[in-house]
Amino acid sequence: MTYWDQEKECMARDNLEKLQLRRLKETVFRSYAFVPAYRAKMDAAGIKPDDVNTLGDLQKLPFTTKQEMRDNYPFGLFAVPMSEVVRIHASSGTTGKPSVVGYTRKDVDTWADLMARALVSAGADKRSVIQVAYGYGLFTGGLGAHYGAERLGASVIPASGGNTQRQILLMQDFGSTHLACTPSYALFIAEVMHDMGIDPAGLKLKAGIFGAEPWSEQMRTEIENKLYIKAYDIYGLSEIMGPGVAIECPFRTGLHIAEDNFLVEIIDPVTEEVLPEGSLGELVITTLTKEAIPMIRYRTRDMTTLSNGECPCGRTHVRMQKVLGRSDDMLIVRGVNVFPSAIETVLLGIPGVEPHYMIILERQDNLDIMEVQVEVSEDIFSDEVRKLEDLHKRIAKELESNLLISVKVRLVEPKSIPRSEGKAVRVKDNRKI
Amino acid sequence: MAKQISVFLENSSGRLAHVTRVLGDAGINIRALSIADTSDFGILRLIVNDPDHAYKILKDAGFTVSETEVIAVRMPDSPGGLADVLDQISEENINIEYLYAFLGFAGGDALVIFKVEDIKKAREVFEKKNINYVEAQDLYKL
Ligand SMILES: [Zn+2]
Repeated sequence: MTYWDQEKECMARDNLEKLQLRRLKETVFRSYAFVPAYRAKMDAAGIKPDDVNTLGDLQKLPFTTKQEMRDNYPFGLFAVPMSEVVRIHASSGTTGKPSVVGYTRKDVDTWADLMARALVSAGADKRSVIQVAYGYGLFTGGLGAHYGAERLGASVIPASGGNTQRQILLMQDFGSTHLACTPSYALFIAEVMHDMGIDPAGLKLKAGIFGAEPWSEQMRTEIENKLYIKAYDIYGLSEIMGPGVAIECPFRTGLHIAEDNFLVEIIDPVTEEVLPEGSLGELVITTLTKEAIPMIRYRTRDMTTLSNGECPCGRTHVRMQKVLGRSDDMLIVRGVNVFPSAIETVLLGIPGVEPHYMIILERQDNLDIMEVQVEVSEDIFSDEVRKLEDLHKRIAKELESNLLISVKVRLVEPKSIPRSEGKAVRVKDNRKI
Repeated sequence: MAKQISVFLENSSGRLAHVTRVLGDAGINIRALSIADTSDFGILRLIVNDPDHAYKILKDAGFTVSETEVIAVRMPDSPGGLADVLDQISEENINIEYLYAFLGFAGGDALVIFKVEDIKKAREVFEKKNINYVEAQDLYKL
């Protein structure tokens, strides 16, 4: 097994926890001293930095939400003067103001290091040619992956997102061995490659590092079969750092969270109660080394489970399962919680069905109607009505038995569902509430 | 035996117009056509003069297309003509998935396109019973 930083990645748990506690105390102290919003929250909760003496004391501290980042727009949560900030990123807010994050020189350095760690975990080394097809800009994906790949000593192709035919040309001509982008964009690239009549077997591409949106195991299989690569899930979010917070190892039984830098909990998104290991809930992250914008108990909105069991790769860091969905992407349809990713999982479980779908929500006579549009690929098309009707019924039945609500399924022509070059938009909520 | 082109259509007449326009622009002649329509979607079935070309044209235009083996049977265009053929087919336990008629066929005979479960068996039966089926190359030329 190859590691980037074996000492940290394989640290004995008791030593790791000592390191975490020391870093947690420092983070809490700095946040209280330098961020008025944190101080106000802690004062209101009657907590002083000195009250944090064990890792368990973390639970005494108030949560931090995306809303607080908006309320303190743009730099209100920064713990350092702007003269110390060397980089600013922002996450696109679908509603309201974006959340803005800053990085000190050391933050950028830590991030590059963690990203290099992630790339090594996904099998890259200094001989790799890494094509970064995440967007460069305010979004953390592009520059995050870029700095990590440079830190590793690999050759970076800063392709950024979009211009798919050029991406494919770069892969062919520059011999990219690794592709970093969103999983839906990887599928889109595979499709365009197919349309261009290019056989991915002729490429040097070996692996992909895919993240920035939830994706399913079936989607992984699909990407791997279409591009002939190994697909690794990477996790990160700009509020915490960017990509590189967690990464799969070659055993791919979850994503190892860089616990020397992040402290994680799972909570019930409604009651905010901390849940025991193995429970499905919202991931909450506390940063341990961030200087510019320390985050205490940040509610990621990402739904997952954690497991502490030993991993054959030798890394001791806790693993999170693939993100099941966002607690705020969660659709509430007739009172039932529905994750778009669960719909994807069902569809991909039906042979021949492509992961191209669209969820349309309407409200008729105070009743929610959920329509799922599924593209009819050549694999599932039949000249016989009965066979297509059977398929139609099967999709509806499997969706209903998995989601526990009735679903109207509509078969649509291929490519009638818009393809995404970034994050996939799969829900159209037309309900007027 | 003949090749039929089948096209998936979302239930909209605009899409049908689009298919026929795409084929027309490519100089492809539609010889027979049927639409199987449900409340949710439609399947357009076509016999054309150049099925392989039509398949490629439609696929390039973004449609979901398939090629299906069908069999075209020539029968007298008189009352009971089709019934006689159907009787003979059912005697031999050939399952018909669907059938439709050919457009404007000259010569006083009618031409019906059959999709059967077992096309090889159907062909043998037709030969045995002297049912007059039309070979593909002749059919596309009609
Ligand atoms: Zn591992």
